[in-house]
Amino acid sequence: MITTGTVQKTEKIPIQNSSDVVAVRQRVRAWVLEMKFSLVEQTKIVTAASELGRNTLEHGGGGFLELAQVANGSRSGIRLRFSDNGPGIENVELALKDGYTSGQGMGLGLGGSKRLMNEFEIESKLNVGTTVTVIRWK
Amino acid sequence: MERIPILRMGNFLLVTIQVDMHDQLALTLQDDLTNRIAEVGAKGVLIDISSLEIVDSFIGRTLANIASMARVLDAETVVVGMQPAVAITLVELGMPLPGIRTALNVESGMDHLREILTSHEENYDYDGDSTED
Repeated sequence: MITTGTVQKTEKIPIQNSSDVVAVRQRVRAWVLEMKFSLVEQTKIVTAASELGRNTLEHGGGGFLELAQVANGSRSGIRLRFSDNGPGIENVELALKDGYTSGQGMGLGLGGSKRLMNEFEIESKLNVGTTVTVIRWK
Repeated sequence: MERIPILRMGNFLLVTIQVDMHDQLALTLQDDLTNRIAEVGAKGVLIDISSLEIVDSFIGRTLANIASMARVLDAETVVVGMQPAVAITLVELGMPLPGIRTALNVESGMDHLREILTSHEENYDYDGDSTED
């Protein structure tokens, strides 16, 4: 399990179509700006959010993002949790490999997002759904 | 339908992406550009992404597709103005955009395209109606 610490505030964003993926990028951008992440960190977090949001839409058939500001001791961070009720991921280890794709994409979404964030966790149950949680600490 | 405008300047097509593109808009741009290249016999395509705050794997792949399709249609593509934070993120994401020519700004991108065309003409004795110089 990844360590979250205390949750300070949250926001939920639905992901049902590709405009919602744009909305996800814009909301995450607003949050990381407000939390005063550096420009490079902002870009990494928003890019990871875009990849994971697209996964939720394309592979999970839609779902939502829960944004949270978290704190662990003196460290604060942003937590993104993408949930869907889709088919689930059969082989999580394989799905994390660069270049592996079940769809039309590049297969960089999961592995790439993992590199862009500090913490990364997937919970997936076949025919129940998938939740991907990532955190970037300041 | 929402579209990104494509400008024509002689043998070149110019595109400035100034909106946060959703995936369908990126695909529409890919189709529109490919059609315009064939329609006007363009020899060079310049895509300015200086306003883009992120390039994720989908947009990266779309840029790579445009460059490949353009090449098949005898046109060169140069992507200009990528922000440093975007470049850092793309490489970390695992997508260094191989096969795409880049330049720091529109001016050096245009120089780049002209150079490519000039050497192209010298090498192949191309006698098209180039508007440059």
